[in-house]
Amino acid sequence: MKKDELLAPGHRTCAGCGPAIAIRMLLRATGPNTVICNATGCIEVTTTQYPTTSWKIPWIHVLFENAASVASGIREALDMQGKSDVNVIALGGDGGMMDIGFRAISGLWERGHNVLVITYDNESYANTGVQRSGGTPWHASTSTTPSGSASKGKDQWKKDMPAIAAAHHIPYVATASIAQPFDLDKKVKKALSIKGPKYIHIHCPCTIGWRFDESKTIEIAKLALDTKMCALYEIENHKKTLTYKPKGTPVKEYLKAQARFRHLTDEDIEEYQKRIDEVWARDFE
Amino acid sequence: MTKTVMEGSLATAKAAALCEPDMVVAYPITPQTHIVENLGKLIAQGKLKSKHIEVDSEFSALSACVGGSAAGSRVFTATASQGLALMNEVLFAASGMRLPIVMVVANRALSAPINIWNDWQDSISARDSGWIQLYCETVQEIVDTIIQAYKIAEDKNILLPVMVCMDGFFLTHVVEVLDMPKSVSKYLKKYKPPYAILDPKKPQTQGPFAFPKPYAELRKDLSDAMDASAATIKKCHDDYAKLFNRTYGNGLIEEYRTKNKKTIIITMGSLAGNVKEVVDKRDDTGLLRIKCFRPFPKKDIMNALKGKETVIILEKNISLGTSCGALFDEIRSIHCNIEDTPKILDYIVGIGGMDCRTDDIENIINQSKTKKDGHIEWLMEK
Repeated sequence: MKKDELLAPGHRTCAGCGPAIAIRMLLRATGPNTVICNATGCIEVTTTQYPTTSWKIPWIHVLFENAASVASGIREALDMQGKSDVNVIALGGDGGMMDIGFRAISGLWERGHNVLVITYDNESYANTGVQRSGGTPWHASTSTTPSGSASKGKDQWKKDMPAIAAAHHIPYVATASIAQPFDLDKKVKKALSIKGPKYIHIHCPCTIGWRFDESKTIEIAKLALDTKMCALYEIENHKKTLTYKPKGTPVKEYLKAQARFRHLTDEDIEEYQKRIDEVWARDFE
Repeated sequence: MTKTVMEGSLATAKAAALCEPDMVVAYPITPQTHIVENLGKLIAQGKLKSKHIEVDSEFSALSACVGGSAAGSRVFTATASQGLALMNEVLFAASGMRLPIVMVVANRALSAPINIWNDWQDSISARDSGWIQLYCETVQEIVDTIIQAYKIAEDKNILLPVMVCMDGFFLTHVVEVLDMPKSVSKYLKKYKPPYAILDPKKPQTQGPFAFPKPYAELRKDLSDAMDASAATIKKCHDDYAKLFNRTYGNGLIEEYRTKNKKTIIITMGSLAGNVKEVVDKRDDTGLLRIKCFRPFPKKDIMNALKGKETVIILEKNISLGTSCGALFDEIRSIHCNIEDTPKILDYIVGIGGMDCRTDDIENIINQSKTKKDGHIEWLMEK
C-alpha cells in the first residue's frame, strides 16, 4: 500500500465498500496524469462533499447520464491544447453507465475518442437505496424487485455490457474484479497504453446492497469468480481470452453468502446453476 | 466593410467561426441544422481550426461542451426546440458550474403536436436555467450578438453561458444583406479560463456535491452573477459599437419611435421588424423590443414605459396554466404598486409558425382602445 494514494482517506463510502477499493486500485494504475469524469453515484457523492474532496487528481462530475459525453469534450479539448498525454477516464456505476448513461457511452465508442470508460458494477442503484438496474443479476432481491410469495426478485438476466462494448469493435475490452488486484492493475495500464476508446467492467461487491458482512467484500468477489458468476477476460482483435480460471465452486456458495438471494429454494439454486453453466458454455467453451 | 448577401445560418456559422472556438459540437435539428453544417464545411475546408464533434444527441452535445469548457476551451453549439428540451438538465449544470458556453437557439415550437416552425416556447421554457438569453431581430444582429456573447460569457466577473436566440426559418433561412466582420481579434481575445480547469499539474475538483448551506450560497452567487451581467451586456454592446459602429438599443432593450407615443408594443426577435414597419406609419404607437430576456431588464423596461397609456405585448409563447405568455406576467409584475400603471394587453401570436402580419398588428393597435387592462387574446389565422 502506497502512502501517497490518489484517493485520500476520510471519504464517506460504507465500511467494506467494493467500489471504493476498485477506485483505489484504479488510481494506482493510472497515476496522477489523469482526469476522471465521474457520473452521479455512490463514489461521486461520498468523495466530494463541498468544500472537501478526496481526489488528488483533476476530477469532474456533471450529471448522472453524461459522463461519457463530458469526457469526450474533455478529451478533445485537451488534445487541442497539446495535452494528449493526459489520460481521460469516464467513470460510473452500473446504473450510470449500463442504463441511463448508455447512449452517451455508445456514442463515445462509435466516435472513437481516446477515453477509457469504466463501470464499477455493484449491481444496483445503491446510492438511492439498492434499486434494480441492468447490472442486477437474475433473482436478486432489490428494493424495486423485492422477493415475495409472488416474486423471486429480478426476473431478467444481467445485461452483458462488455459484449455490447465489443460489438462497437473498440480496440480493448476487459472485465476485472477487486478480488484480482494485479490483474486489474495490468488491464488498466494496458488499456491506457492503447489509443482509442477502451472499456473495463469492474465487478465490485456492495455490502449494503448484496447484504453480507462488511469484512467479507473480497471474499464475495472471489466467490463470484470461482462460481462463474463473474468471468475475467480481455477482448482484443475480436479475440476473447480468459484471464482467470475459475475453480468451479457451486454457485450455491455464492448465493447463500448474500441475503439478496436468501429467498431462493434448493430448486431455484439448481436452476441457477444450470443457467450459469449454459452461459459459461456459450461464452467460454 | 463590404456588404455581403448571406443566408442567416451561414452568417451565424461565420460569426461563430470568427470567434475561433476550439470545439464545435454538432447535432442536427430543424431549423438549426444549416448552422452546424456550415461550420462543418468551414472545418472540412481548413478555414476553421476547430475540433468538430458530431455527437449522438443534443444531450451529449451540450455535455461535450461542458467537458470542453471545463477543460479550458472555447466551445460552440447550436440547437432548437426538442433539442433544447433534451438539454434541459445540462443547461442547469452548465450555468451552475459557471461555464462560458455560447449556444445559438433557432427558436422552434415544442411537441406535441410535432411542429417544425417558429415560436419561442423552447427558450422561454428554459428561462430559469441560469443562461443569459439574447433575442435578435435580424441576421446582422445575430452575427454581432454571437461575437458579443463570448465577451459577456467569458467576463471574469460573470462566467455564465449565453443563449443567442434567432427565430427559426424567419432568420435561419432568410437571405439578408449584411456586414460580416473580417476579424474580431481587436474585440475578442483568446479565452483564458480565470479559475478551475482540468489540469493534472493543478488538480481541482469540479461539480461536487453540496449540502444545503453551501448549495444555497452557490445558487445565490449564480443569481447575483446573472443580475450583474446586465451591466456587462451593455458594456460589451457599447465596446462593440465603438469598433464596428452598430448598436441595438442599449444592448438590453431597444426603444424605437417611442418618444411622445402613448401606445407601446413590446415584442422580441424578428417580429420587431413587422412592428417597426407598422409604427413607422403611425404617430400614436412606438416599439419597445426586449433583446435581453435573461437577465430581465426590469429598470430599463420600467423607464421606457413611464407615462405610457397602453402597452401591447406580442409574444410567441404561452405559459400554460397562466393563460398568458411569459412576457405579460413579468412586465405586469414590475408595475406592481406603481402609480399610473399603463393598461397592459397580451397577444399570443405566431404559435407554431402562424403569421403575425403588419395588418394584424394594425388591427391589434386599432382595437386596443376598446380592450381592458389584462386582456389576453390569441391571434389566429383566419
